[in-house]
Amino acid sequence: MATQTAAGADAFYKQLGRMYGTYAGGFVAFIVLLAILEQMGVPNKVLGYLFVFFTLAVYAVIGVMTRTAQLSEYYVAGRRVPAFYNGMATGADWMSAASFVGMAGTLFLLGYDGIAWVLGWTGGFVLVSILIGPYLRKFGAYTVPDFMAFRFGGNFARFIAVIVLVCCSFTYVTAQIYGTGLIASRFLGMQFEVAVFAGLVGILLCAMLGGMRAVTWTQIAQYIVLIIAYLTPIVILSTQHYGIPIPELTYGTAIAEITARENQMLANGLATAATLKPHIQPFINYSPLNFFAIIFCMMVGTASLPHILMRYFTTPSVREARQSVAWSLLFIFLLYFSAPAYAAFSKLEVYTNIIGANVTSLKPWLFQWGQLGLIQICGKNASSIADVVAACKAIAGHTGVVRLQDFVINTDVIVLSTPEIAGLPYVISGLVAAGGLAAALSTADGLLLAIANALSHDIYYKMLDPNAPTIRRLTVARVLLFFVAVASAALAATKPGDILAMVGWAFSLAMAGNFPALVMGVWWKRTTATGAICGMLAGFGLCLFYLVCTRYFPGYGVKYFGMSSLLSPLTGAPLVDIAKAMALPNAMETWPTLAHPMANKIGWFDLNNIACGLLGMPLGFLVIYVVSLMGKEPSKEMQAYVDEIRKPRGKTVLEEKA
Amino acid sequence: MASQSNTDAHWRKTTRLMFMHLGVWFFFGYVIHMFVKPLNTIVIPVLGFPLGFYMAAQGSLIVFVVMLFMFAKQQDKIDREFGMAEDD
Repeated sequence: MATQTAAGADAFYKQLGRMYGTYAGGFVAFIVLLAILEQMGVPNKVLGYLFVFFTLAVYAVIGVMTRTAQLSEYYVAGRRVPAFYNGMATGADWMSAASFVGMAGTLFLLGYDGIAWVLGWTGGFVLVSILIGPYLRKFGAYTVPDFMAFRFGGNFARFIAVIVLVCCSFTYVTAQIYGTGLIASRFLGMQFEVAVFAGLVGILLCAMLGGMRAVTWTQIAQYIVLIIAYLTPIVILSTQHYGIPIPELTYGTAIAEITARENQMLANGLATAATLKPHIQPFINYSPLNFFAIIFCMMVGTASLPHILMRYFTTPSVREARQSVAWSLLFIFLLYFSAPAYAAFSKLEVYTNIIGANVTSLKPWLFQWGQLGLIQICGKNASSIADVVAACKAIAGHTGVVRLQDFVINTDVIVLSTPEIAGLPYVISGLVAAGGLAAALSTADGLLLAIANALSHDIYYKMLDPNAPTIRRLTVARVLLFFVAVASAALAATKPGDILAMVGWAFSLAMAGNFPALVMGVWWKRTTATGAICGMLAGFGLCLFYLVCTRYFPGYGVKYFGMSSLLSPLTGAPLVDIAKAMALPNAMETWPTLAHPMANKIGWFDLNNIACGLLGMPLGFLVIYVVSLMGKEPSKEMQAYVDEIRKPRGKTVLEEKA
Repeated sequence: MASQSNTDAHWRKTTRLMFMHLGVWFFFGYVIHMFVKPLNTIVIPVLGFPLGFYMAAQGSLIVFVVMLFMFAKQQDKIDREFGMAEDD
């Protein structure tokens, strides 16, 4: 019987290529079919629904087919996922709604400075591979807190690691569910709150029954959808404009044209030097310190985020774990090196066809976004030509020609509107929506699994009831997953204002809490349990303090902790006049909204709070080093275990009983 | 059973490889972007990218991908040399 299932599994892994090849072909055929339906006059809304429900149904079917009742399948997909496929799954796990929908918009808005995010979200995989990932694979953990507990003397270290994990994953997953709601409500016309819970069903169907195993095979399917969806519009656009279907090569020309157009706009009064931020000029949105701090925090944060590290627990060997990191980055790279092309093409379009155009000659696609409040012209939502004309007339001396300072666009619009800008059929818009959904769902799956696993495996099984039978452990895992998912959907439905900033914070928190302990635990045998625990608490604590204080208690930060205003990267002048702001009646307000004059605008050393890991991580390393040296050397036995982690050959250090 | 000296030699070589790759990572992740302004005066022929912009948007990313595949190969070679690689 056992050999039979093993043989069945072998056949399954041999057929992976054919299965996913057929699936990708089927998806392309489906797009073509919808394109034909569109030509036959099927309304856009129906096409949108077909796209979303067909893809969701496929993910759900994969999720149900790969359900499992085995522990090692549930937690680490049986450690049998080949490097190549694990790379694809990690790509989907990694690229969230923020990458798919938001990144190109950020690049549009910030120009060169936005590339800090592109660099930060790719370079971290180098650290994953050379410092941490393969060693954790050899260790044989189910979760990151497992490693902390084993190496650093038990459940106290485990508990801190769980807190770090939950802190950085929960806000992140909420942002993903928020993203699904946004996309579904825009393309399907659902109410936002309804859309949030509809997305939730899709997530639960994949993750709940089959754990890591089901999530792995769905994430691969989701990667295929999201990469096709992301690349199709700009490949078409590049071919239309430059005759070459490789946008990554042709957007250099677009950038040169943007620069020329910028100078032209300045010369003929369509833009003022104060409002125009040249696309390729560095350090005008972030100071050099903050530019490099963001890169550093995102990179180190990548190597500390549990939902990414745990993907490398699923490969068959340490060797494949390393190869898998390389494949992951290749698959992620395909999207990230295309994002600047989106930004450049959209910017060129806006600069040539909107800025300088007469308000009466604006194209209709623009008003659809204006009605949603995402594009504003002359200070009002651009919902129709009449509104725009009226809004511009109200401005003294306005000539009726759109100037740069009249035009405001929400960053989320860039990717989603590119098909319309290029005048492509609606089917491409539907495809982009399906891709955005795939990105948000796949990341949410991975994050939810990380949280639920930490709670069920680390808290329930390891700390509360070590004798729990398999069936009860899996039931607890599923119930917890359900409740965590519902809680984050409920939070997302309230549309919290800080949601996007929170994703950035997650990286800094993970970096300050996890990175020093993980690296020192593998690379320095002398690291003691006390040292690591103190280091985690100190690093995570400082990072959390800086975040919460600068965002939610700015008055206290100034009064008691010597914080001062951040500086404008352009002029070097303070962003807020602290003396004046402190004299206001709301100076000491706690938990203020973003409208508070000092919220997010104060700090130490002109350091943006998104990069607070830069303070926490070095402190973590220092504390681990000093406290470890003060204590007794770890036991010979523990040092031998560390040696064992460093050798790929042989059995895993931690053997879970099945 | 591997002897302690074998273990130490394996780890020394692994550590050296680690620092080498960290060096390359640091150079392409940070150092080169500190010179973005002078690099932007050079424009890549035909494609039209200013070099500083190109390095951040594509060049460094390509380096990261290539170095990860190289690292997987090199570390595996070290593991094999000391008899510490897993069976194929």
